This record gives sequence, structure tokens and C-alpha cells, in this order.
Amino acid sequence: MGFQQIILKLHEYWSDRGCVILQPYDMEMGAGTFHTATTLRALGPDPWNAAFAQPCRRPTDGRYGENPNRLQHYYQYQVVLKPSPPDIQQLYLDSLTAIGIDPMLHDIRFVEDDWESPTLGAWGLGWEVWCDGMEVTQFTYFQQMGGFDCKPVAGELTYGLERLAMYIQGVDSVYDLDFNGNGVTYGEIFLDNEKQMSEWNFEVADTETLFDLFNKAASECENCLEAKLPIPAYEQAIKASHVFNLLQARGVISVQERASYMGRVRDLAKGSCEAYMAKNGWAA
Amino acid sequence: MTDFLLELLSEEIPARMQAKARADLERLFVAQMEEAGLNAGEITVYSTPRRLALIAKNLPQQTEAVSEESKGPPDGAPDQAVDGFCRKNGVTRDQLEVRDVKGRPTYFAVINRPGRDTKDVLAAAIPAIIRAFPWPKSMRWGDASLSTESLRWVRPLSGIVALFGEDLVECEIDGLTSGTETVGHRFHHQGSITIGSAADYADKLRAAHVLVDHEERQDIVRAGAAKAAAEGGLELVEDEGLVIENAGLTEWPVPLLGGFDPAFLDVPEEVIQLTARVNQKYFICRDKSGKLAPNFVCTANIEATDGGQAIVAGNEKVLAARLSDAKFFWELDQKTPLEDHAKKLGNIVFHEKLGTVADKVERVAKLAEWLVSLEGNGFDQSSPGDALHREVTEAARLCKADLVTEMVGEFPDLQGLMGGYYAEKQGKSEAVANAIRDHYKPVGQGDEVPTDPVTVAVSLADKLDTLVGFFVIKERPTGSKDPFALRRAALGIIELVLANSLRLDLDYVTAKASNLILRTIEKMSGSQSDSWISEHLGEELFRAVPDFFVDRLKVQQKGAGVRHDIIDAIVSSGQRDDIVLILARVKALQAFVETEDGTNLLAGYKRASNILKKESAPGADPESRAEGAADALGSASSAEHVALSYTPEPAEQALIDALDAAQPQVGTAIGKEAFTDAMSALAALRAPIDRFFDDVTVNDEDQEKRAARLALLARFRDAVHQVADFSKIEG
Repeated sequence: MGFQQIILKLHEYWSDRGCVILQPYDMEMGAGTFHTATTLRALGPDPWNAAFAQPCRRPTDGRYGENPNRLQHYYQYQVVLKPSPPDIQQLYLDSLTAIGIDPMLHDIRFVEDDWESPTLGAWGLGWEVWCDGMEVTQFTYFQQMGGFDCKPVAGELTYGLERLAMYIQGVDSVYDLDFNGNGVTYGEIFLDNEKQMSEWNFEVADTETLFDLFNKAASECENCLEAKLPIPAYEQAIKASHVFNLLQARGVISVQERASYMGRVRDLAKGSCEAYMAKNGWAA
Repeated sequence: MTDFLLELLSEEIPARMQAKARADLERLFVAQMEEAGLNAGEITVYSTPRRLALIAKNLPQQTEAVSEESKGPPDGAPDQAVDGFCRKNGVTRDQLEVRDVKGRPTYFAVINRPGRDTKDVLAAAIPAIIRAFPWPKSMRWGDASLSTESLRWVRPLSGIVALFGEDLVECEIDGLTSGTETVGHRFHHQGSITIGSAADYADKLRAAHVLVDHEERQDIVRAGAAKAAAEGGLELVEDEGLVIENAGLTEWPVPLLGGFDPAFLDVPEEVIQLTARVNQKYFICRDKSGKLAPNFVCTANIEATDGGQAIVAGNEKVLAARLSDAKFFWELDQKTPLEDHAKKLGNIVFHEKLGTVADKVERVAKLAEWLVSLEGNGFDQSSPGDALHREVTEAARLCKADLVTEMVGEFPDLQGLMGGYYAEKQGKSEAVANAIRDHYKPVGQGDEVPTDPVTVAVSLADKLDTLVGFFVIKERPTGSKDPFALRRAALGIIELVLANSLRLDLDYVTAKASNLILRTIEKMSGSQSDSWISEHLGEELFRAVPDFFVDRLKVQQKGAGVRHDIIDAIVSSGQRDDIVLILARVKALQAFVETEDGTNLLAGYKRASNILKKESAPGADPESRAEGAADALGSASSAEHVALSYTPEPAEQALIDALDAAQPQVGTAIGKEAFTDAMSALAALRAPIDRFFDDVTVNDEDQEKRAARLALLARFRDAVHQVADFSKIEG
């Protein structure tokens, strides 16, 4: 099964189960969880079921295309089910079957792994799902988001698409993945991107510009919060978060400063969540 | 008598929480039964990743009927009092009985509580147990989580089976009702299973590929892993923690043997073991010669249709990826000399008030050099330029360098060990590499205590710097809180000192360490710390640090049978800054006070001490005891020479003679650290003091005699105090 077929199968599977199938968010983010369809929709009482593939950018994970499983740009497949349905584990397991993983041939296990995002003021309990000892999915019941209790709790499934695909296709390097099921490889599409972006992330990105961008995003976020516009405010918080990650990759943030930058991003994200709650008239 | 079964079905419970969960389930159940007046009987608890189960055997059908009596006010008491009594007991006035109590007619309420059906008791107990369950972390889920008041469990609770005999115990909690159905293995069994009673529970589950008894699963993992290794001609490295964890991750454990590329064996064994164990929960194996084999045993949760081939292949791939990361780190780290790694320690904050790790390393190096350059402290005294001095400096400066290596970043437990390996690879001397590797030792009681002088010096300096540093900034342990593990540091120092017979003056060492720390503080604040010193240091620190050591020494020596009161007696006599000396004196004293001479001498001492206190003799005021002792010593020494105005009684003279002989002997013996000799000299006072009390009246009418005899007793007491403060000794 090609990489894109896996995404298509998952789209079809979760669409059949009532999910809204969204396209990726059009901004750089470190994880699918940052998508407004996860973060903001996890707040408030309204039911919400959505699935989407999200490109994730983690500048410090870049390896110039030389490491077979580490990339600074890769895909997560994210499913959000709110409130978490009682059969969520079975729904998830059936989705694995749908993409060709036979649970009588492979050893699938739910291993304790609690999730916490200091940047989002969020935490949840759950597992990493193992397939023959490999983590293929992060499974979380959100308990808090932006510092607010989730009422009701959403279940979040985050599939590591490249890992799953490598597993299904039996290849040892991400760049050898068959992308379209017809011979076009992942490497043909992304190897050059990895090389250039790694170089930019680690060596070239102008740090003065980045510091400036960080401050501008932060102040624009505050501007939006004053105007009581939580969604644009949140976008600026995501932007600040990504710029911070770039600064980290450039190695210009000392250990001591790191905590204070993270605290700033957290305040922006939490402020946006708070404004989102207020805008919708939801009590904490 | 009837058996009860309770199963709480849940989504996967973390393996590490299962043992406590079983104990909690039993404890909460017993408490509920006791409260209802039921004997909980014989209880068995089980756990799997998906369920907690309890079987209680031989419960009665009903609780026993109870009749309770409650005594009320006397007949004729005001109505208000009587009505209040009725309300409290839930009876009406005409139900009260009047009985005679010591001649007074008094109201009694008799409350008969009929027996309750055990089934009803259980129905009430189950929700109470679930609500009270103390999970380390719990969560909300599903529709009910619209309210934050909804039920919390470790992961979603999905079912309750509750059977009393063959009857369903009906109960409900947060919309979840009890039933007779449960589920089998997640993949080996479809649909639900109906449980008939406690008797068929385990068997029904077994038929559905669930071994509910965790001990049975542990046995299978233990024996199965060993067997899988043996079939490959290998020996399993036993690991009971992994046995329990794997049993907690599976309902139907199937150990399988896998392998990895022998090229990875270049990586240190500890790294391979840690990668396999921590990240993947695999056992490792050795070949017949005892060498680490390129194999592992993983524990699957299914009997796969292909016999486990795909599972093994998948796990091999995962481990290979992890080992190739480890190998990459191992090789990458070696490209940078430890000296260069060490430079990056300036970016890591040790503690905001104590500077960076680089600052700490600098202090440790200076302190370690100083320790080995002191005279007579037990190290082969060294001076700058000689081998010991050079190696101590080098090891100290490199001892924390591995903290910034990739490998230790990935596996913090490997700190020290990796530094040792990298030092070796870099061609450092064995002594330096050993010191880097072992300078964290001893970690807690029972750990190996270093004896190589370079390691000892660095280890001591590191721990002293930590201990004194946090004492200086007043971050000291309180009660159960010891966030910087200072108790462990002190214990480590004590063990190093004792194992190597190091003669350290704790005052002196504290002063040196605190000076180095103050220099860091000055550097950070950019100002002189004179005022800071007077505010934070001085006397208090030099009391607090040795006191802390004495305290730890008591704990450390308890296991060896050393009495804390004996330690107090020695410390109180002024011996407080040399641990080796303290302990030598303590041991001699303890041996002595446990002899007949010792016991009697102690009795004589207490008697003398009591008389002196009563007579307001010098030193009677406990506030000025030390001063009083000095006075007494003065008068005692004069008593040697001042001729008595009367002829002393024979027993009195005998005591004077004995003291004349013993005092210098005790003094000399202590000076030579010959503590057993000091005790023997003291023992010679036992017979004379006994005789003195038998034959001589201290409280003589003749004031001169009285004063002289009191002075003699004071002199006796002071002679004893040369050895120890006997007043601290119990018994």
C-alpha cells in the first residue's frame, strides 16, 4: 500500500464513521495537536469528530536527509473524537486492519504514555500504541487544554504515517517509501527538501529576523486578544511557537532563556484558549 | 457460605500500577466488609492489563443481627434531654426502657439491627470501592465527562462483573451497571463471555486466552524467556522487574527470541541492555562464555498465526533502529574529547544560586586537590606535579563532561559510566577513567564504596561541594523532603571516609568547601560577599554541617548495632569533627558500657552526677554545663594537691588514689587514640567508686568534709567525661 493510499484509506475509514475530513492547516506547526481542529475544538461542550493529515515541522529533528527515520518535516494523521466514544479503542484497531495490519499476525499493545504539552497548557492520559515493539500511534484522552478542563473529554489519535508506511511496506528508510503505490518514492519528493531545510534551519536562517518575527508574532497575538479575536490570536501563538523552534535549531537560545521563551508561548496559547472560551460564552 | 467475584474491566492499566491496585482493591474491600460487620474471609486478587479482579471465599448470606444499647439520662431528667437522646438514637419515647443504674432509674435505648443480606452490602460496597480507589493518576472520559464531577478511573472503566454465588450483585456507578458478562483476549476472542460464578471465572477466561492470575503469567514469562534463550543456545540475563512488567502488559504472554547485528556489540554492554530494557522491555542474553549475545527475548501478547515470525522481525527492526541510534551517539560522542564536552557545562545550571555545572566542576577540582594535599588525612599526601595530584585534577575536571554527551542525554542513568568509557577510549589513565566512572558512588547504602584514591578524592569532593553548597544557601532537608538528596550525599561521604579510614576535620573541610562556594556566589552577583557571609555563614554553618553528619552517622550505623546514645555521649564530649575518631571512640565505649565494669561505672557516674546536681555543685546548672565542667576540673586538679584538713576515710582515700592513677592514664590513652586502653583505665575506678558510696557519707555535718567529698565526686565525673559524656548514655 502506497503512502498516499494509507492516507486515503484512513480518510475513507474515518469519513465512514462520521468524521469531518479536513485538509492540513496552512501554517507551520510542530504537531497535529496544534491544528485548531484539535486544540480549540477540544474546548467547550460541542461534539466534534474530525480527521486530517497534518505536516509537522520540527527543525531540530532535521538530519540533512541522512538519517533513515528522522526528518524535520513529516506527516501525522490525526483523529479527534469528542466526546470520546466508548468503543474508541476498537475503532482505532479496526482502522489498523483497514490499512493492512493484521492483529493476529502482529503484536499490538497499549503501553502507558501520558501526554503533556507545556506550550499548550495541556495534558491527557493514554498510551503509545505498539506494533511489534514499534510506537505507531499516540492515543490520548485530553483532560485539560489551555489550562481548562475538557468538558467533555476528547479522544485524540495521532498516527505516525511514515513509520506506519515503512512498516507496512517493509522498508528500512523513509526515503525508500513508495509514495503513490506506483513507484514514486518519498525520497524523490522530499529528500531535497530535507537537505535544504536542514541547512536553512541549522545554519542559514537569519537569527535577527527570527527574533524579530518572534516578537512581532507575540505582539500581534496580544493585539488580537485585545480585539477579542481568539482564532487569529491562536494563529500568531502557533507562529511564535514555530519561530521559537527555529531559534532553538539555530542554537541561539541558552538553556536559561529557553524556559522563559516557552513560558511566553504558553501564555499566548493559553490566552487564546481563554479568549476562545469567553467568545463562545463557555464557563471554565 | 458463598463466594463473591468482582471484576473491574478497564482499558489498559499501566503495568507499573497493577501491584498496588491489587493491594488497594483488597484493602478497600476488607474495609467495606468490616464496616458492615462481615468477616471478609479468604481473598484473592488478580490483575491483567485490562482487569482487576477479586474473589472472596465463604461469605455468609447475611450479616449478623446486632443489638446495641445506649445509656441515656436518668428518669426525671428534663424533657429536652430525653427527647434529644431519643432523636440521637432514632427511637420514640415509649420505646425507651428504664433500668436501675446504681440505684438510679435510668433511660436506655435498645436498638436492634437485623442482619442485612450480604448481597445488599456488596451492592453498596462496589460503587464505594470504585469511587475511593487511589490511582496515582486518574482521568475522565466519554459523555459523562461533560461534568468534571464524573467518575475518575485510571483509564476508562468499561465493565463490572459482580457475582455472589451465582447471583448478580446489582449495582450502578455513573451509568455503568454490573452484569455477568466480560470480554476475553482482545484479539484471540470475539464477543462476550458469561461468567457463572467465582468458581468458573479463571477457567472461562483461560478458554478465551486470558490468564487472569498475574503470578501465572509471570511464571510463563520467566520460564518462557529462559526457554526461548536456551533454545538459541544462550543464557537469559534474569530480570525480575522485566518479568513483572511484561506480565503486566500481556493477558497471554508468549516469549520470543530475536536477534540483532553483532556489529552493535561494539557499543558498551550497559547501553545495549538499557536500550533493550527501558525502551523495548526486552530481556538480553549471554552466550556460553558469558559474553553478551546479539539476541533478545521479547514478550508478545498473542500466539500469532505465523508462529511469531512477523512479530520477531518487527521487533528486530525496532531494536536495530534504536541500537543504530546508540551506536551513532557512541561514535559521535567520541569525536569530541571530554575536555571539549566539559566546556559546554557552562550552559547547564547546577542551581541558580550555586552557578553552572562548570562552576561546580571547578570547585570540585580545587577541593579534591586540596583534600589530597592535606597532611595525615589518610591519602598518600601529594603535592602539585606528582601523579596523584595530576590524576585527581584531571578526573575532577572531566567527571561531569559526559552530561552533555548524546548518550547520557538519551540515557541519563549512564552518567559516569559513559564518561569512564570515553576517558578510556581517549587514552586516559585507568585511575582517571575509573574516577570518572565511579565518582557518583556510593549511591545509597549497600552500594560499592570506592577505594582507589583518585576516585575517593573526586567522589568526596563532589559530595562535599553539593552538601555544603546547599547548606550554605539554606536548601536543607526537612522532614521527608530532601530534594537535593543531601542525606544520600552525607551517607556517601561517611561511607567513603570510613571505608578508607580518612581523617578529615569536618570544620576545616566545611570551611574550605564553603569558601569555594562563596567565590562562585561572588562571581555570579559580581559583588563582595562579606555581608552575605556574615548573614549566611559563620557559626551556624559549622554547627549545622557536623550535626547533620552525626545524625546520618547514627542512621548509617544503626544496622551495625551501634547505639545512638553512645554516639551522642562521644559527640557531646567534644569529639565531633572527625568521623573515623568518633566511631572508634563510640565502638570502644559501647563495648565497655556493655561489660559489668561499664554498667557499674555508669551507675556510679549517675549517682555521683545526681548528688552533684542536688547539691548545686559546680556544673549543676545544665545551661552552663560545659563551663561547670571546666570549673570542676579546676577544683579537681587542685584537690590533688591541697592537703585535706581531716584524715580521709579509707574508701575516700582509695578513690583519690584511683583517680590520681587513672586520670593521666585516660588522658594519655585518648591522646594516642588507644580508646580501649582508656576504657580499661576508667574501669579501674569502678571498685573504688562503689566502695566510696558504700562506706562514705558525702553529706557530712562537717562542711569541710562535705565540700571536699563533693569536689571528689566532681573530679570523678570529670575523669569519666574525659572519655565521654556519660549523662547521654541510656540505662
